[in-house]
Amino acid sequence: MFPTPVEKLGPRARIGYQALLPLALIMWLLPLLAVAVFSIRPETDFATGNYWGWPSSFDALSNYALVFTGSDMPRYLMNSVLITVPTVIGAVALSAMTGFALGIYQFRGNVLIFFMFVAGNFVPFQILMVPVRDLTLQLGLYDTKMGLVLFHIAFQTGFCTLFMRNFIRALPRELIEAARVEGISELRIFWYVVLPLMKPALAALSVLIFTFIWNDYFWAIVLTQGADSQPVTAGITSFNAQYRAAYHLMSAGSLVAALPPVLMFFAMQKHFIAGLTLGAVK
Amino acid sequence: MSDHSNISGAPGFWYRNQRRLAPALFLAPGILFFSIYVIIPIFQSFNLSLYEWDGLGAAEYVGLRNYEELYWDEAFYTSLRNNVIWLVLYLLAIPGGLFIALFLNQTVTGIRIYKSLFFFPFVISQVVVGLVFTWFYDPTFGLLNAMLAWVGLGPINVLGNEHTVTYGIILAGLWPQTAYCMILYLTGLNAVDPEQVEAGRLDGAKGWKMLWYVVLPQLRPATFIAFVVTIIGALRSFDMISVMTQGGPFGESRVLAYYMFEVALSEYGFRMGYGAAIAVVLFLIMLVYIGFFLAKMYRDERGG
Repeated sequence: MFPTPVEKLGPRARIGYQALLPLALIMWLLPLLAVAVFSIRPETDFATGNYWGWPSSFDALSNYALVFTGSDMPRYLMNSVLITVPTVIGAVALSAMTGFALGIYQFRGNVLIFFMFVAGNFVPFQILMVPVRDLTLQLGLYDTKMGLVLFHIAFQTGFCTLFMRNFIRALPRELIEAARVEGISELRIFWYVVLPLMKPALAALSVLIFTFIWNDYFWAIVLTQGADSQPVTAGITSFNAQYRAAYHLMSAGSLVAALPPVLMFFAMQKHFIAGLTLGAVK
Repeated sequence: MSDHSNISGAPGFWYRNQRRLAPALFLAPGILFFSIYVIIPIFQSFNLSLYEWDGLGAAEYVGLRNYEELYWDEAFYTSLRNNVIWLVLYLLAIPGGLFIALFLNQTVTGIRIYKSLFFFPFVISQVVVGLVFTWFYDPTFGLLNAMLAWVGLGPINVLGNEHTVTYGIILAGLWPQTAYCMILYLTGLNAVDPEQVEAGRLDGAKGWKMLWYVVLPQLRPATFIAFVVTIIGALRSFDMISVMTQGGPFGESRVLAYYMFEVALSEYGFRMGYGAAIAVVLFLIMLVYIGFFLAKMYRDERGG
């Protein structure tokens, strides 16, 4: 254990440490706490310049209610869900298969294909932007959720393949050999032997991809335009334009837009962290 | 008779060849998607950078003229310079993350919830991080200037000043990135061998020496991933610039990723070819790191 556990340093150090923790946390989250405080202030506080004094009233309920009733926010949130969930399913399904193929079989070009997925995953978005936008236009999918979903699935398959393949590599090979000796077909091995063992990887990737896609902004503004299809990251700018200078509402709106991945993280923390560390740091 | 042989012949073929056919079958959909949306567009962008195209009409072949224009374009050099600043300063997330991870690597009650709360800025979208920091910096009502006023300083307009704007945005970007590095190190610290630490203690190693000679070498995998994700994050910086300043003031906070978007897809003009040329430059910079990363992975594959 490094550094030395505070318990070993005596009660003074422990109490000091435990007092320091909340202070450090408040410092760390200060900009966010400031926005949270804004979001519960009434409009009059901003008119009178009472930015940092005691709020003249606590309007959290009406501010947040207005976010949901007075704007397109619910639609943007719904769009985000309808973009994120199919992407997660699609990317995880595709990469479970590619990861299986690359992790289990030895054939010529295996490493090459694997490296193609890994390298593609790291390219800057801008090198894809014009051709992907053009392709989406030609398919008639510009400004549709489907257009975004198809691209996201394809791109995330790169990262997911890296993860799945490494995960499958670490599974005990004897299981697969034993199944083969039994005469079980390769398709059944995938479905009945490997897939059940991959549950932790599937969970980790699902929460991770959910967060990545929910938070995507670049492709949202490149491939979509209006409230019919834009996710909440892009919608928040329209929201802010609608409520220009109404900082209590903009703050509340931003927090609402940011919330779903945060909830997802707190609910699935263990899987999330396993995914983030690429399984490389145990 | 012939019917019978067909029925038994078909599964026979599959059974005899499935070990060769299965990988192709499993790979096909993934490769198809990935090629159409990622691999082929890279080459298309390279090709497009040799054309002048507004996205609608006919593209005109101009050879290397886009690159020649880039050579004389001051906005390009501003963006390039800012990319270098991003790359260098963003790396501060690594020691920063290590520092917080060491601070939190204790076992007092409630520490797990503290770790989660320190980490969660990473989960928030960069758009919201950008907004949060825009308001934090705001010269009239921002908390930063309120705090400066308490100690009799300020006000300063971080995002309105061409000399401070890039640093202001990078600081905002460092917030989630440090959280990411912290979680990498916290996970890494879990795996540090306690016996080695004890042995180090017996040898009289303490504090910095212990960290440098005993702990850090064991954290190498975490450090490597931290480098990879931080460098890629730095070169991908787009969302926060778009939300916080739109490249301003006077284009002083642009980076290549943002400038490319501005050239190709904003009201400043739809110059797809010129944008593609900028993207190619950015891609080539990234390629250095991708190559480095793949080489390391290849060595690990061989070794393992």
